Amino acid sequence: MSDKKVRASALDEGRRSGDGRAFVGMPSFPEAAHEAVGDTTLRANLRHATHTIRDKRARAVAELDDWAALREAGKRIKDETLRHLDTHLLRLEAGVTDAGGTVHWAADAAEANRIVADLVRATGETEVVKVKSMATQEIGLNEHLEAEGIAAYETDLAELIVQLGEDRPSHILVPAIHRNRGEIRDIFAEKMGSWGRAAPEGLSDTPAELAEAARLHLREKFLRAKVGISGANFMVAETGTLVVVESEGNGRMCLTLPETLISVVGIEKVVPTWRDLEVFLQTLPRSSTAERMNPYTSMWTGTADEDGPRAFHLVLLDNGRTDALADEVGRQALRCIRCSACLNVCPVYERAGGHAYGSVYPGPIGAILTPQLRGTTSEIDASLPYASSLCGACYEVCPVAIDIPEVLVHLRERVAEEGGKGHRLEKAAIKAASWVLDHPNVLAAGERVASATRKVHPKRLPGPGARQWSDHRDLPELPAEPFRDWWRKNRT
Amino acid sequence: MRVALFVTCVNDAVFPSTGVATVRLLERLGVEVDFPAAQTCCGQPQFNTGYREETGPLVRRTVRAFEGYEHVVVPSGSCAAMVRHHYPSFGAEAAALGPRVHELTEFLVDVLGVTDVGAYFPHKVTYHPSCHGLRMLGLGERPRRLLEAVKGLELVELPGAEECCGFGGTFAVKNPDVSAAMGADKITNALSTGAGVLCGADNSCLLHLGGMLRRRQDPLRTLHLAEILASTEEEPWR
Repeated sequence: MSDKKVRASALDEGRRSGDGRAFVGMPSFPEAAHEAVGDTTLRANLRHATHTIRDKRARAVAELDDWAALREAGKRIKDETLRHLDTHLLRLEAGVTDAGGTVHWAADAAEANRIVADLVRATGETEVVKVKSMATQEIGLNEHLEAEGIAAYETDLAELIVQLGEDRPSHILVPAIHRNRGEIRDIFAEKMGSWGRAAPEGLSDTPAELAEAARLHLREKFLRAKVGISGANFMVAETGTLVVVESEGNGRMCLTLPETLISVVGIEKVVPTWRDLEVFLQTLPRSSTAERMNPYTSMWTGTADEDGPRAFHLVLLDNGRTDALADEVGRQALRCIRCSACLNVCPVYERAGGHAYGSVYPGPIGAILTPQLRGTTSEIDASLPYASSLCGACYEVCPVAIDIPEVLVHLRERVAEEGGKGHRLEKAAIKAASWVLDHPNVLAAGERVASATRKVHPKRLPGPGARQWSDHRDLPELPAEPFRDWWRKNRT
Repeated sequence: MRVALFVTCVNDAVFPSTGVATVRLLERLGVEVDFPAAQTCCGQPQFNTGYREETGPLVRRTVRAFEGYEHVVVPSGSCAAMVRHHYPSFGAEAAALGPRVHELTEFLVDVLGVTDVGAYFPHKVTYHPSCHGLRMLGLGERPRRLLEAVKGLELVELPGAEECCGFGGTFAVKNPDVSAAMGADKITNALSTGAGVLCGADNSCLLHLGGMLRRRQDPLRTLHLAEILASTEEEPWR
């Protein structure tokens, strides 16, 4: 199957399921990555984009001499908050309610989708505008609303490209990172008309023309919409304030123009105080867009007279988060502030692309977050903890010091224990190898046999493991004798 | 000074020349080297693949094998990182081995305090800093300082040096396409330097890169740092 077909079939499956299991039926990571590695356009797009952002981030971070202290502070604030999450969430609920908002609690994707659809239906509207939001993608909200007869319009430029292209996001910060300008031009020219205002005739692929086409198309949506849907980057418990951090200003349109605002936010997004927020407003922009300060930071507390939405609903989403919280090693993934620095430095992400991860959370953070939120029963989810060479570049750049390699290994233990496809055989092989390695005389005998027969060893081998090695690389030429024999003959 | 050599399982079976070079180098610097025969594997492949239980016996074996040695020298950043970073989770006795284990360049620079080891190697060399040595041990400039002091050696900077080569233990067979794509990019960068030798301090990475180089028949060979440092004018390596 070509990469586009893999994407398309996963998308179809997502539409059918429509309850947040948007990637059911995805092939395992190595299978999906196989196609991406062979796609030279995709590889070039990703290489150029990730290397550009990674270099800019490195420069932005190097400007601060207290970066290490900020990173440590961010880690501690998140850990402290997660330890008393219930207290902070109740405080947040009180703050939002006192300010005229309504708080809803959703245990899973289905419940969150039902709450949002009911709220939209109660307004009598059949259209909503959306701020870029990972949480609503995680639960498959757009697909659910579509099935309920409600059209959801993405207004973030990159999300618009993804939506018009009937595609899937492949990056947390830059969802259309896998597309180049020419592809975007084609999508706009072909699809804008069927969603609203068509692209101007003779649209070129210059950034200015593409941005103008999007601006005209979206302006129509902003001015008409009566309901806005968002997520949030942070929720400040002490005042019940929500914070959205974005670069375009399109988010602020959605947050301020509609009469009703509905925000779907993961429960781990709460921070206790404004002082805590200050740390993340320094680390997030530098880590994600490499900016010193974020361009559009919108903050709101409930509703206000004569300004902004008349009704505000906050849907607090669990959807696997308390399961992750119960795992002493895995819970650090909940510190994530979705900056995507780990994606931009990841050599695996750069080659495999975001779609191979089969989740709205791609890259290293996705490889530890998705299996915790969704479990490890499907083929794709069970393969994610292995989608890393454990090189550690992700941990190095993480602004909240999530030890991603540690969690990957921890999740591999879980997958191996569950003994799914291929893992029973692997466990037997590992047990046998460990036994040999625990018996040096047997090991030495094996090494001697291997060395003695080295002249007749083939360069390629069949069978699981050996074939995957020798498809790409020659097997090593074995030495005349193992080191331990050289030592015995020369030094004892 | 007397040290124990932890040669590692990969070097024992596939790259004994690296072990021989390490012995020759250390002895030349006046260090007495022991090779405790009870040693086998540090357990990293099992541990990193998710088989913690199967790792336990190898951790205990390694700890016992090096009992009583103040300094254990290992010509592999990856195995040294396994002992230092992951052994503590196997109990206090295992944790105690960590500070006594030195990756080869750490031992030379930090313990012996030398950077010029009297080596001679008249070749153009580029150096790939393997991830675990780079990020988990923080080897920093140690390998480069050692190479720069080698007489006759021309050290050329490897573009994208800090990017992973794609080996990653069982990653190389579980994700063969991505692993090979990473390896191919590393090799392209190494070839662009015009060097004849791609040097590293971890033979597992060189096993992967060397295997790809031989398959592609590229004019570049891989060599462990210890073998370059062991080479002298009187006794040139290969």
